[in-house]
Amino acid sequence: MTQTSTDLHDLTVAQLATLLRQRKVSAVEAARHFLTRATAYKHLGAFLGVSEDVTLAQASAADARLATGATGALLGVPLAHKDIFVTRDFVSTAGSKMLDGYRSPFDATVVSRLAEAGAVTLGKLNCDEFAMGSANENSAFGPVKNPWDSSRTPGGSSGGSAAAVAARLTPAATGTDTGGSIRQPAAFCGITGIKPTYGRASRYGMVAFASSLDQAGPLARTAEDCAILLGAMCGPDPDRDSTSLDVPTEDFSLKLGDSIDGLRIGIPAEFFGEGLADDVRASVNAALKQYELLGAKLVPISLPRTELSIPVYYIIAPAEASSNLSRFDGVKFGHRAAQYTNLTDMYLQTRAEGFGDEVKRRIMIGTYVLSHGYYDAYYLQAQKIRRMIADDFQQAFTQCDVIAGPVAPTVAWQLGGHGNDPLADYLADIFTLPASLAGLPGMSLPVGFGAGNMPVGLQLIGNHLTEARLLNVAHRFQQATDWHIARPQGV
Amino acid sequence: MNTVVTENGVVVAPGQSTLVQGYEVVIGFETHAQLSTQSKIFSRAPTAFGAEPNTQACAVDLALPGTLPVMNKGAVERAIELGLALGSHIAPRSIFARKNYFYPDLPKGYQISQFEIPVVQGGSVEFYLGNEKKSVRLVRAHLEEDAGKSLHEDFVGQTGIDLNRAGTPLLEIVTEPDMRSTAEAVAYARELHKIVTWIGICDGNMQEGSFRCDANVSVRKPGEPLGTRREIKNLNSFKFMQQAIDYEIRWQIEELGDGRAIQQATVLFNPDTGETRAMRSKEDAADYRYFPDPDLPPLVIAPQWVQQVRAGMTELPRVMAARFCADYGLSDYDATALTQSREIASYFEAASKLCGQPKLVGNWIMGEVSRRLNQDGIEITDAPVKPETLAWLVSRIHDGTISNNNAKVAFDHLWKGVNVAVASLTAPSPTLSAAGTAGKQVDDLIESLGLKQMNDAGALEKIVDAVLAANPKNVGEYRGGNTRALNALVGQIMKGSQGKANPQQVNELLRQKLEA
Repeated sequence: MTQTSTDLHDLTVAQLATLLRQRKVSAVEAARHFLTRATAYKHLGAFLGVSEDVTLAQASAADARLATGATGALLGVPLAHKDIFVTRDFVSTAGSKMLDGYRSPFDATVVSRLAEAGAVTLGKLNCDEFAMGSANENSAFGPVKNPWDSSRTPGGSSGGSAAAVAARLTPAATGTDTGGSIRQPAAFCGITGIKPTYGRASRYGMVAFASSLDQAGPLARTAEDCAILLGAMCGPDPDRDSTSLDVPTEDFSLKLGDSIDGLRIGIPAEFFGEGLADDVRASVNAALKQYELLGAKLVPISLPRTELSIPVYYIIAPAEASSNLSRFDGVKFGHRAAQYTNLTDMYLQTRAEGFGDEVKRRIMIGTYVLSHGYYDAYYLQAQKIRRMIADDFQQAFTQCDVIAGPVAPTVAWQLGGHGNDPLADYLADIFTLPASLAGLPGMSLPVGFGAGNMPVGLQLIGNHLTEARLLNVAHRFQQATDWHIARPQGV
Repeated sequence: MNTVVTENGVVVAPGQSTLVQGYEVVIGFETHAQLSTQSKIFSRAPTAFGAEPNTQACAVDLALPGTLPVMNKGAVERAIELGLALGSHIAPRSIFARKNYFYPDLPKGYQISQFEIPVVQGGSVEFYLGNEKKSVRLVRAHLEEDAGKSLHEDFVGQTGIDLNRAGTPLLEIVTEPDMRSTAEAVAYARELHKIVTWIGICDGNMQEGSFRCDANVSVRKPGEPLGTRREIKNLNSFKFMQQAIDYEIRWQIEELGDGRAIQQATVLFNPDTGETRAMRSKEDAADYRYFPDPDLPPLVIAPQWVQQVRAGMTELPRVMAARFCADYGLSDYDATALTQSREIASYFEAASKLCGQPKLVGNWIMGEVSRRLNQDGIEITDAPVKPETLAWLVSRIHDGTISNNNAKVAFDHLWKGVNVAVASLTAPSPTLSAAGTAGKQVDDLIESLGLKQMNDAGALEKIVDAVLAANPKNVGEYRGGNTRALNALVGQIMKGSQGKANPQQVNELLRQKLEA
C-alpha cells in the first residue's frame, strides 16, 4: 500500500480509479475513508441519507469484481447522489418533508448507470426542496453550508453535492440543473460541474421539478473527472424517458487533450453589464486573458434576450412544477396529514404540511400562469420568447465555438442574506437560465477568488451535444492553472 | 309521408329533421373507446380486465416520483386505423397535454390527453336510419389515458382505490352536434361500435366499459341558435342510451315549457328510475389548466407510418359495401346491411361465391337468417345453417327445384338440425360440388319432405283447368277487368298442387287460359 488513507480524499476520480484498478487501495477502504469524513463534516449539512451497510456491501462487491480483473471507469469509486435521484437502497426525499422516509422501488437511470460502471454510493446529498432554490436554504432538512465559509450558501439547488465535493467528502457527486442548479453551486464552492444538453441523461428516476428543463450532470473537482462521470451517466433511455435523446453513449475524455489554438470564444455583452460584481468580473476577465494566452480568440457576441430569461423561466418552470407536484396528494405515498375531515381537507392539510414556502410559492405561480384566461398571456408568451432565446444562441454560434461568461453575478452570499426576498434569488440566476431555456450544455469551472476569498466560476456554454468540446476547453484551462486545486481552509 | 312514432311520442319523419312538440332535438356524442392494446398507453403494465385490485399497476401507473410516460405505439396505430376508417385527417404532428385536477384515482394529479392538436381530425360516420342515409361528422378523436377506479361500496367510511385501469389507452371520439333524434343517435353509436370492433381497435364490450358513450343533448325551436346542452355520461348499453336520451329530451322540453331555462350540466342516467339526474353544474366546472405535456415530445406520424398501417388493415365496411354493389349488383342499402359486421359479410360472400346468386343470398340473410338469429339470440358465426348449406338451398330456388316459400320450410328444418337420409345427388352448380354434404342434406330434405316444385306442365294444366271450372265468379271478375281476382285463382291452384307448383308457371298458364 503506497497510498496512505489520510490523503485518499485529495485524489481525483481518475487518480482514485487508477489506484483501485492497480489494487493499491480497496473499494472498501476508500468507502470507509469517505464515510468517516462525511461524519466528521456533518456540520456542513451536505449528506442526508447514509447507510454504511449498503455502501460497504457495494464496495465489497466492487472489490470482488476488481479481484477478477474486471475494469470499469468507476469501478470501486465512491460517489454520492443528489437526493433528487430516487434510489432503492437509500431513502429519497428530494429535500422535502413530503417524501421524508420515502423508499423508491427502483433506481434512477443515472444511478443505475453509474452503479453499472462500478461506482459505490456513499449516500444522498442535501438539496433545495424539489430542486427549487439557489441557496440550498429551501431544504426541509436544513441548509447546507459552504465549506469555504460556513456562514455562506453553497448555492443551489445541488448545494449538498457541491459542498460535499469541495469539502472532499466525496470525489464527485451527481446533481441536477434546471436553471443553473449544477453550475451555480459549482461556482460558489470552487469546483467543476457540467449540465449536458437537455436529453443527454435520462430523467427517469429524477424527481421532476420542471420537465422541459431538468437535466442531470456531474460535479467534481476537475473537468477530466466530469468527463468520466458524464460518460457513465449519459445515454439513450427510450423505454423509460421519451425526452431522452437518441444519441449513443460517448467517451467525453477523448478530446480532453485537443489544442484550443484558434478557438473562438463568444463573449456576450449582456453577461458583463451593470449587475455583475467587480470581483467576479475581474476573475472572469483574468480567465478570458488566460484563454487568449492558450491561443483562443475572444469574439464579442450578443444574447439580446438574456434579461427576459428570468421572467420566461419563472413562468415555465413553476407552471411545469405545479403540475409535476400534483402527485404529492397524500393518497399513494409520502406524507399524509394525520388529521383531516374530508377528501379536500386531506389534500389541503397534507400539502400545507408537506411542502415548504418556496415550493408553495412556485405551485401558486404555476397554477396562476396556467389558469384559464392567463395561459396565453403568460405561459404561451413565455414559450414564444423561449424559442427566440434559443434562436439567439444559434445566431451566436455562427460567430463562435463556445460562449464564456460569469456563472453568477456575485460570489456566494451569506446564508439568509437574501432575507425573505425570493426575487433576489431569482435575479441571481440570470446568467445560467438562458442555456437552460435553450437546452444547451453549460459548465462551470473555478477561475479565481473574489470578495471574502470566495470562489468565482467561469461559465462555458456550447451548442447542442458539444459537451466533449466544453470539457476540453475547461480541461486545457485546468492544465494551465491551479484554481481547481485550491482547497477550503479546514478541509 | 311515412312517419314512425316512437314510445315517447317522438315523430320521425324521414327526409327532414325531427320535431318533438315543436322542438328540434340536437345531439352530439363523445365516445371513449378502450383500445385493444396488451399494455397501457404510457407504461408496460397489462390492460386485462377484472384482475385483483392494484395488481396491474406499475410504478408509472402509480405515478411514483421519477416515473415518466412512454408512448405505446400500438395505441397510436389504432388511432390511425380509426382515422383511416372514417376518412379523417391523420395529424402528422399532434400534441399530448395535461389535464390537471385532483382526484384520488388520478395518480399523477393530471390526465395525459390531447387538447389543442388531436391525432385524428374530421371524418364522418355514415349509416342508414331506416331507408335514409345519414352522415355524422366527427370533430376529432384523441388519445388519452383512463383513470383508476374509486371503490366506495367495499369499505365503510373509506374509499378504496384500484389503479388497474389507470393508464388504459382510450380514444375519445367526438362528433359535431349532427344528430336530430334519439333513433339517429343510437344508430350512430351502433355504427361506430360496429366500426371499432370491425377494425379490431376495441373489443366493444360495453358492460366492461370498453365502449362508453356520453351524449350531449339540447333542444331548440327550429331556426333558433343551439340550446343549452346537458351531457349524459357513461351510457353503457344501447338500450339505456335510448331511454336516457328520450327522457332527457322530454325533461328539457317540459322545463322550457314551464318557463325554466336549461342549465348546462353533467347528468347521469339511472336505469332503475329511467331518469337523468344532474351530477354537477357548470358553476362547479374545474379549470383544468391544460398545457402541453413536457414529458412527451409531439407525436409525429410520418406518411410512411400511415401507409404501413393502411396496408395492414382489414377491408373497411364502407369499402366492402361499395365492392358488394359493384361486384354483386347489390343496392347501397343491401350492401350496407350485409356489412353490419365482418361475420355477416363473410357469411354473405362465402354463400354468394358458392352459388353465384348474391341478391337471393342477400335477401335470405337479411330475411330468414336474421330473423332466426334474433329469435335465438345468437351470432351468425353460431348459425346452425352454414353458408354452403344456404348456398345450396338458394341454388335450388334459382334452378326451380323448390319455391321460395317451400325453401323456408326446408330452411326451418335445416336450422333445427333435422337430419334426413342421404340419397344420390347432382350438384346444382359446378362450384357447389365442393359443398358435398351440405348439398346432400338440402337435396335429401327437399326430397323427403316432398317440397319439390311441380314442373310437369301436364299435371299442372289439369289442376288449373279444375280450379277455373270450380271458380266461375273469379274468372268472370278477372275478365271484367279486376286483375286482383287472379290472386285468388293462383292461391287455389297452389293449394291444389300442395304448394309444389311453380308460381311463375302458374301465373303464365292462367293468363294464357283466361286471355285466350
